[in-house]
Amino acid sequence: MLKDEDRIFTNLYGFHDRSLAGARVRGHWDGTAGLIARGRDAIVDEIKKSGLRGRGGAGFPTGLKWSFMPKEGDGRPAYLVVNADESEPGTCKDREIMRHDPHTLVEGCLVAGFAMGAHTAYIYIRGEYIREREALQIAIDEAYEAGLLGRNAAGSGWDFDLYLHHGAGAYICGEETALLESLEGKKGMPRMKPPFPAGAGLYGCPTTVNNVESIAVVPTILRRGAEWFAGFGRPNNTGTKVFAISGHVNRPCVVEEAMSIPLRELLDRHCGGVRGGWANLKAVIPGGSSVPLLPAHLCDDAIMDFDWLREQKSGLGTAAVIVMDRSTDVIRAIWRLSKFYKHESCGQCTPCREGTGWMMRVMDRLVRGEAEVEEIDMLLDVSRQVEGHTICALGDAAAWPIQGLIRHFRGEIEERIRAARRGTLTAVAAE
Amino acid sequence: MPSTSVVNGARIRAIIAEHAGREGPLLPILLAIQEEWGHLPREALPVVAEALNLTRAEVFGVASFYHDLREAPPGRHVLRLCRAEACQAVGAAALAEAAQARLGIGWGETTADGAVTLEPVFCLGLCACGPAALVDGRPVGRLDALGLDALLAEVR
Repeated sequence: MLKDEDRIFTNLYGFHDRSLAGARVRGHWDGTAGLIARGRDAIVDEIKKSGLRGRGGAGFPTGLKWSFMPKEGDGRPAYLVVNADESEPGTCKDREIMRHDPHTLVEGCLVAGFAMGAHTAYIYIRGEYIREREALQIAIDEAYEAGLLGRNAAGSGWDFDLYLHHGAGAYICGEETALLESLEGKKGMPRMKPPFPAGAGLYGCPTTVNNVESIAVVPTILRRGAEWFAGFGRPNNTGTKVFAISGHVNRPCVVEEAMSIPLRELLDRHCGGVRGGWANLKAVIPGGSSVPLLPAHLCDDAIMDFDWLREQKSGLGTAAVIVMDRSTDVIRAIWRLSKFYKHESCGQCTPCREGTGWMMRVMDRLVRGEAEVEEIDMLLDVSRQVEGHTICALGDAAAWPIQGLIRHFRGEIEERIRAARRGTLTAVAAE
Repeated sequence: MPSTSVVNGARIRAIIAEHAGREGPLLPILLAIQEEWGHLPREALPVVAEALNLTRAEVFGVASFYHDLREAPPGRHVLRLCRAEACQAVGAAALAEAAQARLGIGWGETTADGAVTLEPVFCLGLCACGPAALVDGRPVGRLDALGLDALLAEVR
């Protein structure tokens, strides 16, 4: 178990003072100018060495991403954009950081912004986050007042401005290029890549988009050293990670733990175990709604990191663990996700716009058992035609949960179809 | 809150002027207009388009793209219930049914007395204390049928 002294987010639960004074007591904003004095390359190298992988879902190495930013400006400004559009069902980790420990993020923005040559950063926060917006804005104002932002930020000699921008309720704006479009005041429709944002991002200028957690851990990594951070978890899956556990556990929670913690240990130690005991577990969605679920038999040895979950054809995603016990109608649960993705498809790419609705309608019939057994394969086939044929990953995100359901619960779907035929379909548990 | 009929062009232009200096001002302007009138009055959009040198179609496109921007005025109170997976696992579906039954309305509708608008919302990020709701922008966690009654009594 992660020791208290190794926690980066020391106020994740909001027990302490979230103001600048409180953050300073907990060691944030300590020697920030010194961190910046190490220079751009040293910071990027340190982050590369720490093995930090992006915390927003894709798990791309953060240091490598920063190194794509142009070393010498061509007159265009560079931007850091922090993706705080945390909209994936099940994901509530960044929220705790912004609400209770906002100064980790504000300091991270300054250090990361310097490391990529950006004098300006935007935090794009979703419209539904009210308290978080207030907390973050207060933190930013405090930092400006104390001279930690603005001209010669924190006495580092680097001028740095940080703006908080709030969205208006569109899941798709969590996709990095859609987020940039939205920041520019347009419809949040993803852009084609390339050009990648590091070449032409916000207003056509070099831009790096990072998740809140990826940025907020940076100052602590620099202060404590890459080796310390790399000491947690398995190789290539290093560091501490904020997990958000919800659903059928006795005590749902958001907790910082070491990467590669076994799933069972995570649930038993921090969440009081699965409701009704471990044997009552039916399935787990390990990384937010867009990754395929893991059935109970795989959960026994499940390790919560990028590579292990990828090997099981699932993913760590945002590390939002949704636990479902045996009372769950898993087909209906996935139908619910299909409905979500249909609702949130921006309509730009045909496979996603049409496919998400198509998949939802078939799922709707599968829930009631009013389908042919052959349609299961047809659904799988359609999901494969959506996956990978769209500009952004929303198409994949809509297809994967359905593929996971069919892979692991085909028997249950078929049984329901047969039961409906026989007229013995009882009212299934809705939740 | 001023009513729709007296949408004041001067006030809209003042809001636009407040944000005109920023980069990407359209979304902040639309949000500010909605803050003032509770929705985006149709008459306001051409004024915004004109001021920002955009086509009316572009402004309408953005206004209709985002779920938070509304074209019609809502009830005096807006109750938004989380419909996402984590909340559903702890009783959101039953709660939604209870809310619809008590208010006698469906999703996106407003009660006849204009008191409450009921809207679905996908994930408030309150997953660890679901089922979650947002009442006039105030987050509420662990909401059950009893809590819902209390909330409705409070706002009606």
